[in-house]
Amino acid sequence: MTTTTSALGGVIRRKEDPALIRGRGRYVDDIRRHGELAVAFVRSPFAHARINSIDTSAAAAMKGVHAVYTIDDVRHLGPLIAQVPVGKLRPLLADGEVNHAGEAVAMVVADDRYVAQDAAEAVVVDYDPLEAVVELKDAASDRVKVHEDLDSNVLLSWVGHEWWADVIAVDDPRPKIEEAKAREDAVIVELEMVNQRLIPVAIEPRAVVAHWIEGYDKFEVYSSSQIPHALGGAIAKTFGLPSNAVHVRAPEVGGGFGCKLNVYNDEILVCFASKELHRPVRFTETRREAAVSTIQGRGWIATATLVGTPDGEILGYELKGLADMGAYSQNFTVAIPLLGLWVSAGQYDIPAYFEVACVVTNTQTTDAYRGAGRPEALYYIERAIDAYAREIGMDPADVRRKNYWKNDQFPAVNNTGLAIDSGDYETNLDKLLEIADYAGLRQMQADARAEGRYIGIGLSTYLEICGFGPSVLSEIGFGWNNYGLPSSFSGSGLVRVNPDGSVNVIIGTGPSGQGHETTWAQIASSVLGVEIDMIRVSHGDTAESPMGVGTFGSRSAAVDGAATYQAAVKVRDKAAEIAAHLLEAAPEDIRFADGGAHVAGTPGRVVTWAEIADVAYRPHTGPEGLDAGLEAHAIFSPGNATWPFGSHIAVVEVDPDTGDVEFLRYIGVDDCGNVISPMIVDGQVHGGIAQGVGQAMFEEAIYDEAGNLLTGSLIDYPIPTAGDLPSFELSRTVTPTDVNPMGVKGIGEAGTIGSAQTLVNAVVDALAPLGVTHIDMPLRPRRVWQAIQDARRDSDVSA
Amino acid sequence: MTVNGKAVSGSVEPRTLLVHFLREDLLLTGTHVGCESGYCGACTVHVDGVPTKSCMVLAVQADGADVTTIEGLAQNGELHPVQEGFWERHGLQCGFCTPGMIMSAAAILADDDNPTEAEIRHGIEGNLCRCTGYHNIVRSIEYAAAKMRGEEPAPPEWETDLV
Repeated sequence: MTTTTSALGGVIRRKEDPALIRGRGRYVDDIRRHGELAVAFVRSPFAHARINSIDTSAAAAMKGVHAVYTIDDVRHLGPLIAQVPVGKLRPLLADGEVNHAGEAVAMVVADDRYVAQDAAEAVVVDYDPLEAVVELKDAASDRVKVHEDLDSNVLLSWVGHEWWADVIAVDDPRPKIEEAKAREDAVIVELEMVNQRLIPVAIEPRAVVAHWIEGYDKFEVYSSSQIPHALGGAIAKTFGLPSNAVHVRAPEVGGGFGCKLNVYNDEILVCFASKELHRPVRFTETRREAAVSTIQGRGWIATATLVGTPDGEILGYELKGLADMGAYSQNFTVAIPLLGLWVSAGQYDIPAYFEVACVVTNTQTTDAYRGAGRPEALYYIERAIDAYAREIGMDPADVRRKNYWKNDQFPAVNNTGLAIDSGDYETNLDKLLEIADYAGLRQMQADARAEGRYIGIGLSTYLEICGFGPSVLSEIGFGWNNYGLPSSFSGSGLVRVNPDGSVNVIIGTGPSGQGHETTWAQIASSVLGVEIDMIRVSHGDTAESPMGVGTFGSRSAAVDGAATYQAAVKVRDKAAEIAAHLLEAAPEDIRFADGGAHVAGTPGRVVTWAEIADVAYRPHTGPEGLDAGLEAHAIFSPGNATWPFGSHIAVVEVDPDTGDVEFLRYIGVDDCGNVISPMIVDGQVHGGIAQGVGQAMFEEAIYDEAGNLLTGSLIDYPIPTAGDLPSFELSRTVTPTDVNPMGVKGIGEAGTIGSAQTLVNAVVDALAPLGVTHIDMPLRPRRVWQAIQDARRDSDVSA
Repeated sequence: MTVNGKAVSGSVEPRTLLVHFLREDLLLTGTHVGCESGYCGACTVHVDGVPTKSCMVLAVQADGADVTTIEGLAQNGELHPVQEGFWERHGLQCGFCTPGMIMSAAAILADDDNPTEAEIRHGIEGNLCRCTGYHNIVRSIEYAAAKMRGEEPAPPEWETDLV
């Protein structure tokens, strides 16, 4: 392996894996600090209540307990900082009232977790329960207000053409849509659909350990975070420290999916306790606790209305609904539906109106969960298109094709005023239909129907927006400005060639399984020609990387990857000067490959990176005027977002007697532009599909009327198991973007954005002969069975 | 008890879970805690050769038992075929479920080195993975099974071969 270098598009085994497969990976809970203490929280059993008193005396007197804190101890630190502070910010501990079940009321710090948990049970809290409001329409009516000091439970509405009216002028699409509806031949379909609340369920529960060291006057923190720099900024700001007094490291992170893309009150509180007690202080969630202490996702109810002609031309589309914010605003919360707005018209050149209101309820906060707004938006339009296709008796693939943006229209300015830089939707769809043998599938379906079997073929295409840009978006909250980290969702990459010729690549990302060590080694290797084994990639460390936005929104390769690419090019240019000096040639004639440099045309005479580095660190041996050292840092600010897309098909068979859905095939063709590692890209799509399937088939966070979460364990909240899924059949098209130098677009969320509606479209397609037109997710057997009964009853009545 | 071939002893509170004894007392942190309720399988170890969720067993219940954890699976520095399979076929992403998943897979293949895809999928239903959609986990276990049978594993699915 020692001479292996990589071009982009090659496959190397992951650099992450040797430690992880041996059980030697180091996650936060595997890193012990000498003398550390453990935290347990007292959590509210009520969703909405006044707190009359908190008696901590019995708990504080227990052996092994070091402190019990309430809001009185931490009120001076202010509420939890949010990046988009619209609505009510979360107090670090409940301040006179609780607004969701599971809200942290008091914090116990003890010798170990067992003792802390015992002591938490001994804290006595006197509550006066208040009426809770959970259901979205009920909450939007303001019949019961969650927060007395807010005017309304409705915080704001995102409207498609007005979302950034100061900067982007977009015509109101409603006149066109109304005109279309008034046409004599107008075909109108309307569906109210729930995009249910989900619990992210990263398999690693969140964990954080903080240590304040007096005299050094700094915090050392390990946290399972996707955004270590933002966390460091939040801690610094909360405690009035410069950012370099907080060293945050996110080591191995056991899955994120957006739930670790937040700064949490527990992360601030362990810092506080450490500063008070002069000991390292640790908090690790239990699984049941994670369901109420970590953010949740989705939670929309909305009506999609589509109007078109009888021959498949879509004339207008509207989406109006409510999105559940939960009780408090944390990192992005109210901004999540905005991400949906940006792709609300999908891949289609159609007049589209979007209006989604952000509503507060007595439930846990919602925020980014894999896809974050985009799966919701694509679910609605892709379900509506299938309903329309069925209504006019046209093949759903043909309807989609007819309404796509065409290749000569790019850059295409969509209904939000943003420009989709590139796309080739028809080629992508054609490839899917060919791979799946779509015509053959339809024939198979017809044959099965003739035998009384219910086979369904579901299709969805999707548009994604990721690698957020342009940079100016940070002015409306898309940056870490509130965390004291001025940024425009820019990427950071530092490439350093050490004196011995080994290479460190230091990036500002916070991966949780995406394989950055491998991918970034490939990027550096492809530019420098350095052997993969000589490159070490580090991330998630605020002391190593000068800035870092973190990992989310499928942004890392397109933004931090671009920064690293640019940094590597700078290093290569300098190395070329040195190599030219050593080889007595011109810098422009120097080529890098196989661990060294040579002159074009004479590959036999090579100077190694070690030889080049030797000169770089002893500049008097090099060309006249050479600056010492061999490293470069680049910050890449994207000029636009990237816009991946794809097309998916699911094939299912439904048992009409039991409502059981058998999942037969899943075929996907995705387009994320140029591919750095096909292996890793496929893996991202597999996992993304599985999460969308989880939403379609199994998962739902259910609260009762009083606001109790009924699905707090993995038995009540089933995520897909291996037996629930087929092997996936994947392919891709490649439409590079020119937004960044590598032409890559991002793939982390694509599978999730494409898959839920693909499955639901398949099940509805299977049951169409029975008259079923809609079933809300998750499609568990009882719900499918009920839809069949309802459709049969309706057809009996109409007969 | 014996852990990874070495005799170990310790005194613990009666309520101490086996997984906490392994992690806190023996510093074998490869065995992960994902749910403390027996559903996720991240804490799977072998107790007397049987795959066991170590968050559902008290340390004292394993008194005298022969326990193998992920750290003890490789022999003389050589990876177990399942470990090799996970590396070769991208069977892991975040890696948190991986030790438990590998221990379960190793137990499946110890019983039957030629399982069908359905048998593999059924066999790992007690281990939850949120990253991979299980696709490449199945390919990894198929790779290991082929190796254990002395056969050449099927080539990888991605279009470019490993370099």
